[in-house]
Amino acid sequence: MSSSAVMDLDRVSKVYVLGEMEVVAVHELSLTIDEGEFVAITGPSGSGKSTLMHILGCLDVPTSGVYRLAGHDVSSFDENLLADVRNLFIGFVFQQFNLLAYLEAWRNVELPLVYGGVPPAERHDRALDALARVGLADRAHHRPGEMSGGQQQRVAIARALVTQPAVILADEPTGNLDSTSTADVLELLGELNGDGSTIVLITHEHDIAARAERRIEMRDGGLAVPSDAITRDDSVWMRP
Amino acid sequence: MTWRDALRTATEAVRTHRLRSALTTLGILIGITAVVLTVGIGNGAKAKVQDQINELGTNILVVSPGSSTSTTGTRGGFGSAPTLTQQDAAALATHATAPDVQSVAPTSTASASLVVGSTNWTTTLTGTTPSWSAVRSRGVTSGRFISSADVTNASAVVVLGPDTVQQLFGAANPIGQTVADNGVRLEVIGVLTPLSSSEETSNNDVAIVPLSTYTQKLVGGVNRNSVSSIYVKATSSGALSAAYQETNALLLNTHKVSNPANADFSIATQQSILAASTSVDDTLTVMLAGIAVIALLVGGIGVMNIMLVSVTERYREIGVRKAIGARPSLIRRQFLLEASVLGLIGGMLGVALGVLGAVLIPAFSSSRVIISIPAAIGAIVVAVGIGVVFGVYPASRAARLAPIDALRSE
Repeated sequence: MSSSAVMDLDRVSKVYVLGEMEVVAVHELSLTIDEGEFVAITGPSGSGKSTLMHILGCLDVPTSGVYRLAGHDVSSFDENLLADVRNLFIGFVFQQFNLLAYLEAWRNVELPLVYGGVPPAERHDRALDALARVGLADRAHHRPGEMSGGQQQRVAIARALVTQPAVILADEPTGNLDSTSTADVLELLGELNGDGSTIVLITHEHDIAARAERRIEMRDGGLAVPSDAITRDDSVWMRP
Repeated sequence: MTWRDALRTATEAVRTHRLRSALTTLGILIGITAVVLTVGIGNGAKAKVQDQINELGTNILVVSPGSSTSTTGTRGGFGSAPTLTQQDAAALATHATAPDVQSVAPTSTASASLVVGSTNWTTTLTGTTPSWSAVRSRGVTSGRFISSADVTNASAVVVLGPDTVQQLFGAANPIGQTVADNGVRLEVIGVLTPLSSSEETSNNDVAIVPLSTYTQKLVGGVNRNSVSSIYVKATSSGALSAAYQETNALLLNTHKVSNPANADFSIATQQSILAASTSVDDTLTVMLAGIAVIALLVGGIGVMNIMLVSVTERYREIGVRKAIGARPSLIRRQFLLEASVLGLIGGMLGVALGVLGAVLIPAFSSSRVIISIPAAIGAIVVAVGIGVVFGVYPASRAARLAPIDALRSE
């Protein structure tokens, strides 16, 4: 394992039990993501990429295998610690934006800081800074319903980056956006990566995945051999 | 997340779903209004009884005649037999036989229509002795009360209650004026002090004449010696029990009744009057309290119902909050606070409505409503408590939700 690995999966499986049936969503998957990478995870629907993102984001825990986040095995974490990890280390961007409709933009952005116990005055300043970072300083007092889809997604990105997390996980962030907004959002993610953030982007569109410096393709709960060249230490992320 | 943040979140959620919040608080509001009014009406009724007893005078026994049995065997009610006499009153007033009795006032009452010029007014005519003033603790604001000489001479004089004066003379000075009862002309010699707390207008609307004048000139009757009741005042409140025993023994003796169960008179004390009134009030209070408890229970179930709906409807919000780092305990706190805020609003509106009821009810009925501040504060605390108790289950459900399940829901 590389010393700069942020996320390290070692033969991780996730099995869901639906009634009498067991569904293997992720099977014996091993993967390492280093600090500062821009990784795209692609694959057809049902390939397990959403489950993978939930595990990477500590929203769900593996059935078997080991997931180390910044070197720590999260299987030993309780619910509270997982919540704190999500709060401090991970920023989420969802396809549905998932903003709270009754809160103004800056209040949505401030929310992770509220749960992080940051004092109100500092929260306010950092939320406005984050909104300025995504180019929406003038929309701070608009509610989500008063903004376009692209603007809403930029607010969501501001919310993801306001805690200065180690990793930003984006699950189909452009799935509900037109081409202009898609370009804006991808450019923004590229900029954030340029500033040193680790970005994990999940998408089923290959031209969007092409923006990433590394592509990982999933198939049937495991990794398919990626089409483009592997630039990193193969043995690390392609364990047998 | 500070408590202030949590409170802000809760109030925002309540404000966002206005109609739902309003309907939820309605249940609590009705319950709290019922509680506040129950306590208020109970207090009012107690105060009213207390007033009546205070107006009766302190340390008082009221002796009433017993029942009568006609030749056909039909028994009348208490007070129907003319068994009490002026001699009984005189005997009770003798210090040697009843040392704990301070003063005694025999009274007879009848309805009378008083006429002044072209004005007439029907009031309660009371024939009594000068000791009435001491027994009932009531003096005159102007003129004088009836004297022993008035009783001895059966003088044609009358002392009027303040309301009676108002009706017959208006603002004019009644002293020295003449009123007529059934053609008998009576000189007004005094006006009684008003009883300020009285809702019983009969206490301020009376005409008092010497007992001799009453029996000889105005009412008469079968037995001119009989009186309709005898007021007995004990020397102190501690001596009331002794005075009761002495009165009872003396009257049994003078009426030659050997078995106390066959007594042809009855003695009422303040305690017995108070007990009778209070038992009625207590029944009413228990009934109203029962209604209030049921209303609050229904209100609480309403809160739980709506909070469960709210949790289900906001799965996605809960998921987002969890994804960005809300610990389960904070989610629980958010929904608990929301339920408490609903309870608080319901409680405060309920108290406000109760106060409004306290103002309006006396205008439409004879009930008095006294709102007590501790009861109002208690009611609000109870309302918040109901919110908390019935909010625990929905809040725990929200807190236990797995983040991905919450996020997946549409």
